[in-house]
Amino acid sequence: MNQPASAYFLEERHDPNETHTLSVLVQNEPGVLARVIGLFSGRGYNIDSLTVSETESHKHLSRITIVTTGTPTVIEQIKHQLDRMIPVYRVVDMTITGRSIERELAMVKVRGRGDSRVEALRLADAFRARVIDATTESFVFEITGNSSKISQFIDLMRPLGLVEVARTGVAAIGRGPEGM
Amino acid sequence: MTDKSNDPNQMTGAAMIVRALIDHGVQHIFGYPGGAVLPIYDEIFQQSDVEHILVRHEQGAGHAAEGYARSTGKPGVVLVTSGPGATNMVTPLTDALMDSIPLVCITGQVPTHLIGNDAFQECDTVGITRPCTKHNWLVRDVNDLAKVLHEAFYVATTGRPGPVVVDVPKDVQFALGTYHPPRKSDVHVSYTPRVKGDAAQIRKAVALLAAAKRPVIYSGGGVINSGPEASKLLRELVDVTGFPITSTLMGLGAYPATGKNWLGMLGMHGTYEANMTMHGCDVMLCVGARFDDRITGRTDAFSPGSKKIHIDIDPSSINKNIHVDVPIIGDAGNVLGDLLQVFKAEAKKPDIKAWWQEIAKWRARNSLAYKKSNDVILPQYAIQKLFEATRGHDTYITTEVGQHQMWAAQFFGFDEPHRWMTSGGLGTMGYGLPAALGVQVAHPDSLVIDIAGDASVQMTMQEMSTAVQFELPIKIFILNNQYMGMVRQWQQLLHGNRLSHSYSEALPDFVKLADAFGCVGIQAIKPSDLDGALKEMIKVKRPVLFDCRVAALENCFPMIPSGKAHNEMLLPAEATDEATAAAFAGGKALV
Repeated sequence: MNQPASAYFLEERHDPNETHTLSVLVQNEPGVLARVIGLFSGRGYNIDSLTVSETESHKHLSRITIVTTGTPTVIEQIKHQLDRMIPVYRVVDMTITGRSIERELAMVKVRGRGDSRVEALRLADAFRARVIDATTESFVFEITGNSSKISQFIDLMRPLGLVEVARTGVAAIGRGPEGM
Repeated sequence: MTDKSNDPNQMTGAAMIVRALIDHGVQHIFGYPGGAVLPIYDEIFQQSDVEHILVRHEQGAGHAAEGYARSTGKPGVVLVTSGPGATNMVTPLTDALMDSIPLVCITGQVPTHLIGNDAFQECDTVGITRPCTKHNWLVRDVNDLAKVLHEAFYVATTGRPGPVVVDVPKDVQFALGTYHPPRKSDVHVSYTPRVKGDAAQIRKAVALLAAAKRPVIYSGGGVINSGPEASKLLRELVDVTGFPITSTLMGLGAYPATGKNWLGMLGMHGTYEANMTMHGCDVMLCVGARFDDRITGRTDAFSPGSKKIHIDIDPSSINKNIHVDVPIIGDAGNVLGDLLQVFKAEAKKPDIKAWWQEIAKWRARNSLAYKKSNDVILPQYAIQKLFEATRGHDTYITTEVGQHQMWAAQFFGFDEPHRWMTSGGLGTMGYGLPAALGVQVAHPDSLVIDIAGDASVQMTMQEMSTAVQFELPIKIFILNNQYMGMVRQWQQLLHGNRLSHSYSEALPDFVKLADAFGCVGIQAIKPSDLDGALKEMIKVKRPVLFDCRVAALENCFPMIPSGKAHNEMLLPAEATDEATAAAFAGGKALV
């Protein structure tokens, strides 16, 4: 045993990490998002992406989509910890159900003239990004897709005069006729 | 507009609060007044159904309510003001969350139009208490107040019990609104704790238990929380199966310490036989416990050869620290009832004679042995004497945190649930004295003793004044070794005996202090003093501070050392300086 003399067991575990997308249906009431975020920071869980909005206003329901990374045991804990919060209706692990669609929206501002401006427009077309604002020396593109597609597009824009990016984070929904 | 002046359900927010307490059967609340709760205190003044116990510090109110809740199974209720009143409640709320104690805490808040304004005695109460409550609410509209109060009681007491906070701004307390008695629709539809265990899982568990050769039952606070019926069922299960049983600190009393299958407490300072039985078992039935780090020792060497069954009402307790084979989500009592029924119908008492013979060998090591002395009182001896002296009395024990707490758990035998109140999860020094107040309020004719340490007891000593005011004859039995004993023990074992700030140079004279408070001071210095002094303490019907001078440098054994497993315990007889040094080799570490 190399651990220092402590009454706690200090050895770290080295299980491989996994990334999961969780959909959480909650009562939309004051503080509910703070509860969810506080759970993640308080227990040392990761948030890679967080998207939240009211989805059914007459029932006061909001849907939170969280992308998180951790060992399988930690992911299991996160789901249980979320599920036992009073305003949480359901927690669905979209990664385990495997039949989900994930999308993210980004707005990408690129500044440039001449060839690089033409090149940016051509790439945007290839990525099916739309121009939603233009000046003689800039574009704002709107692009939708999974996160890796958006990251790839941003990487391509960088040498062409990337100014800034706004991303919404991931929203996810299951395929087929059933709701969550 | 209809005239509402004759509607008996029309009332102010402050009146609603008192009315809701009455509707939930609350007889006692613990609290401290202040600007933001004056309307509620005005209502309390004008009625006699709910008795208010005035503490000396809000933390005392919280722990008193915890003691009240643990000893009765009913929720403890606290009323404090905004700002410092609320922040002083953070420790008891966290304590109650860790130990699953139902508390309903009502806090005053500055008027709604001043919230966020840094007003006098304002703090973000719901923000501060969010991580240390099961749930909390800020009520901005008086017409939501009844619903929220009813839901608060429901959430605190159902599922895995826990503390809740209802924050009520002062203008809401003054405002008129409509009250309604508790009804089902008051509760979030998203809150549905599971009580009944899955039948198929219970069958799997019975099959494992019936085929066990080396079984053990490991029970915890969940059995106590489930109510007296759960403890009865646990005892019946032990009788029907003939299995050995151990318990966590929180679960003491669910199975009687005088029972023949009792192994003693398990874990870091548990008995050798309990930990060895856990280590060597082939089937483990965990009921209402959570495999916490004081219990498991080194997790990768925890009970390596066993199939584990885990009954817990909280799904997040399953597989958190230790992987289990048969999880059963449900209330301990409910699941035990179903499990017993299936076991009795389908299984026979397994033959585990060989296992009991092995356990007998571990028992023979006598892991709680200590060297007696005629000159100085050994702390273990003091607890044994206290236990003997209280036999035949209707006794409740609370503790502070440290060596005395572990010795109390080891040497005071509990035969009934709800008799043992201790801060297990959070380890709150200063818990025991106010907790004893709460227990005494609930059981005015019983003998309520706080087994204390000289350091812990000074953290909430001011509550002796509450005991005197409300004629609560609590006995504070201080094992006075002039050290923070557990800190000193760890410094000796882990940090080269450099006793950094673990010695109290200027202890008060506890006998004179008792006198100053208007209670009774008793002192015992020699072992021969103890019998007479204890007799006097029990006889006197007033609050007592008992200064029991004990050996200063005694260590608490047995002990699972640093990151070791259950089968690597250090026993008192073997704890020579060299053996101790070897067991703790490796240098120093945080905590």
